[in-house]
Amino acid sequence: MSRPRLRQNSGPAATRLLGFGSAQGNRVVTNDDLAQRVDTSDEWIRQRVGIVERRLADPDQSLVDMAVEAGSKALANAGLTPADVDTVIVATCTMPGQIPNAAAQTADRIGVKAAAAFDLNAACAGFSYALTVASELIRGGSAGRVLVIGAERFTDWIDWDDRANCIIFADGAGAAVVGPADEPGIGPVAWGSAGDQVDLIYLRDGRYVYQEGRTVFRWATTQIAPVAEQAVELAGLELSDIDVLVPHQANLRIVEAIAKRLRARGAREDLVVANDIVHSGNTSSGSIPLALDHMIAEGRVSSGDVMLLVGFGAGLSYSAQVVICP
Amino acid sequence: MPNEDILKELKAIVEEVAGVDPEEVTEEKSFVDDLDVDSLSMVEIAVQAEDKFGVKIPDDQLANLKTVGDAVSYIATNK
Repeated sequence: MSRPRLRQNSGPAATRLLGFGSAQGNRVVTNDDLAQRVDTSDEWIRQRVGIVERRLADPDQSLVDMAVEAGSKALANAGLTPADVDTVIVATCTMPGQIPNAAAQTADRIGVKAAAAFDLNAACAGFSYALTVASELIRGGSAGRVLVIGAERFTDWIDWDDRANCIIFADGAGAAVVGPADEPGIGPVAWGSAGDQVDLIYLRDGRYVYQEGRTVFRWATTQIAPVAEQAVELAGLELSDIDVLVPHQANLRIVEAIAKRLRARGAREDLVVANDIVHSGNTSSGSIPLALDHMIAEGRVSSGDVMLLVGFGAGLSYSAQVVICP
Repeated sequence: MPNEDILKELKAIVEEVAGVDPEEVTEEKSFVDDLDVDSLSMVEIAVQAEDKFGVKIPDDQLANLKTVGDAVSYIATNK
């Protein structure tokens, strides 16, 4: 008697982004506000980090609240209803507790019935990681359409007396819908980790976000541009084909250093570079989709643009891919 | 490489990274106090100096390079 033979799924060859959405709190915290509490100044913060003001969640606005708002807006932006997606991934590293996860309740509140739902923690690389997972779930036949959300509430994890770190982090969520496509709209991922440098970004006393700023700056300004370049190569493109660069909004000087390196390697001078950190702060896995949603609203990015997304952060983790703007 | 040549190359790096007039970059000057080079620009200067001179300047060593002269001697000794 022959052994029973399993069937495995396969899906469509190509996927693309279908829409974006974002959510932020109404609390605008300026550098002067912070200077009233810690020894810092507007000039110091602008020069070192490039942040003018950051947006924080309202006191009664949870991480899941922001994820739900961003996800619902992304579905509407894509012209879809909750019934059109079957999987929800929330990239986050700032949930207040390990149990339950953010994704299941987010899916339920958006109205996605019995969604496959899970959180993904790759810190500030989380959105880029989750986008790849979403795309491959569809290509593999396990998902029809996927809602990918990056959501963070750093307010809960900041020591407001730590002047080196409290000036950087903020709250917010960004979302994208991923679905099948006739033409490829999400390129292959270039990703990885460097767990030997786990002690560069962590929760001090298990409680407060902390980073070795100088060493992280060196890593991000030297090691990330090559990852971005690899993603372009994997997509079969040249750096000169890239219209828009969206690095994780860690620090404006890191963003500018990555852009400078890529221009030296062939990226165009008129490359549009995301600078959403200036008014949003660093929202970790939320920063890339937040920046994208804002840039589309501002008209800095148009449908069909070739965009290079680059995430990097704690772990250390990093991830990049080329996508086409929906 | 003689120290004068190291200094000449270092002037060019400091100008490129931090926009400091090369004439200002002399051995007795403090990067932070005299040239207004902040800690992140120091990292960028170190990265470029590593490429240019073939030295390793780890962050813990970088913190000890207070003056331009400190940097010149470190590069001369370690390359």
